[in-house]
Amino acid sequence: MKLKSYNLKYKRFGESSILVEWPSIIHESILENILLFKSEIENKYLNNNIYLKNSYNSLLITYEENINPKSKISELKNIYIKIGSTQKKDFNKWEIPVCYDIELGHDLNYLEKSLSIKKEEIVSLHSSKDYRVYNIGFLPGFLYLGGLDKKIHHPRKEKPVLNVPKGAVGIGGSQTGIYPNNSPGGWYIIGNSPINLFNINKTSPCFIKPGDKVKFSPISLKEHELIKIQVESNIYKPVKTQIND
Amino acid sequence: MIEIIKSGLYSTIQDLGRFGYENYGVPISGSMDQLSSVLSNKLLGNNDNDAVMEITMTGPILKFLEETKICITGADISPSINDNSIDINRVYQINKGDVLKFGKLKYGLRSYLSVSGGFLAGKIMNSRSMHSSITKSNKIINGENLKIKKLKNIITKRTIIKVNYLEHFKNNIIEVFKGPEFDKLTTKQKQVLLNKTFTISNNNDRMAYQLKESFKNQLDPIITSLVMQGTVQLTKSGKIIILMRDSQTCGGYPRILQLSKKSINKLSQKHMGNRIKFKLIDL
Repeated sequence: MKLKSYNLKYKRFGESSILVEWPSIIHESILENILLFKSEIENKYLNNNIYLKNSYNSLLITYEENINPKSKISELKNIYIKIGSTQKKDFNKWEIPVCYDIELGHDLNYLEKSLSIKKEEIVSLHSSKDYRVYNIGFLPGFLYLGGLDKKIHHPRKEKPVLNVPKGAVGIGGSQTGIYPNNSPGGWYIIGNSPINLFNINKTSPCFIKPGDKVKFSPISLKEHELIKIQVESNIYKPVKTQIND
Repeated sequence: MIEIIKSGLYSTIQDLGRFGYENYGVPISGSMDQLSSVLSNKLLGNNDNDAVMEITMTGPILKFLEETKICITGADISPSINDNSIDINRVYQINKGDVLKFGKLKYGLRSYLSVSGGFLAGKIMNSRSMHSSITKSNKIINGENLKIKKLKNIITKRTIIKVNYLEHFKNNIIEVFKGPEFDKLTTKQKQVLLNKTFTISNNNDRMAYQLKESFKNQLDPIITSLVMQGTVQLTKSGKIIILMRDSQTCGGYPRILQLSKKSINKLSQKHMGNRIKFKLIDL
């Protein structure tokens, strides 16, 4: 299969890093291209200490030592040329249980009025889509998800709330996401997920990776309580299927 | 063990940072002024990455419940043992029951206390650096006890280093590289940015330093992208923010400059009201 090749920009970023930039649009094929490049670099530098992180349309490569940017850039370009022949990466699709009860989705009543869409409709629009994970950041384990239905886009709160609880599922602008821990936040809260998105005791603290997909499945307050107990006793296993599109 | 009688304004345990977890959204953290923290460890014969106590402006009162050796570098906050003042950048033997206190801040902002073998704060994801999203607390707390290595189990290879690095505290030139969005600035803006003297605002902590002066800005936010320790961001309202050790891993403001590693250390010793000037070094 032939992969689309993008016209990339390579920029020196400080003494030890190179920033690679893709066109500034949010698109799943750009994300896939970034992640492919990323894993190719990881394979090449297997035993060396380099650190990689990606966002919607960029990849940052940080080396332990100070670098000669010109030679690193040509090295990276040579790796990029070769990814055209590599196989596509496999990703997982995760089912994330979310309780949309008004008790946990405090802002549903407000959104119902502000968007002029019935609560049930908001929930159904939110839980019927597959969301792509573009990036993890802002807070440890916070997923940047793409694909929120335009009908339920809503500007953030003017003043952030100081105490958004762990697991809160919110809408902010064109984005939706789950707060992995108690934190301040300016998104409208429509539900809560009982699962742990970030576990400091695991070598891989997030089981969801950039490139994976997420689907929210509605659960009742009772089920929320039950899953929470299962999560706390370490017996809950999130449902996943492999995507190979 | 060390008993924390008083925690001070903001005292935190830090090594050189938590690497390899940024793509999970985990900040790197680490000691703010790594020139001083590494020096503190080196003078004592420790490893560079051993955890030290970073002390900010007003020092703690610490009681040693066992013998060890200590060294204090960085800002001079007039340290004393049992009320006898001691020098910075020098190694001292500590006996069981000794009390370490601090006094007036003479220069700098952050002081680094190392103990033989390092502080043994819990290691999470390969690092002992405290951060509120990862460890129980982001700073030390009154009444708690801190674990340290038993002195008799330590073999040190101490090297004598002559230290004089006052320039690090007095100099106000902050060396920078161009940031990814630097070239989107107008010629006029670039001139102002690189010639004006800026003042550090009261909004400064381990996460970021905001500058007091506003800067005329027409740049739109960017799609959430990657930032590093030392990245200089320009907000929509024209505020300049310099990201420090506890910085988030990504952000949506244009990144106009990037501090050199040396300059992140230097800036860490500046406080509210101090003035700085940017100097481009990748011409």
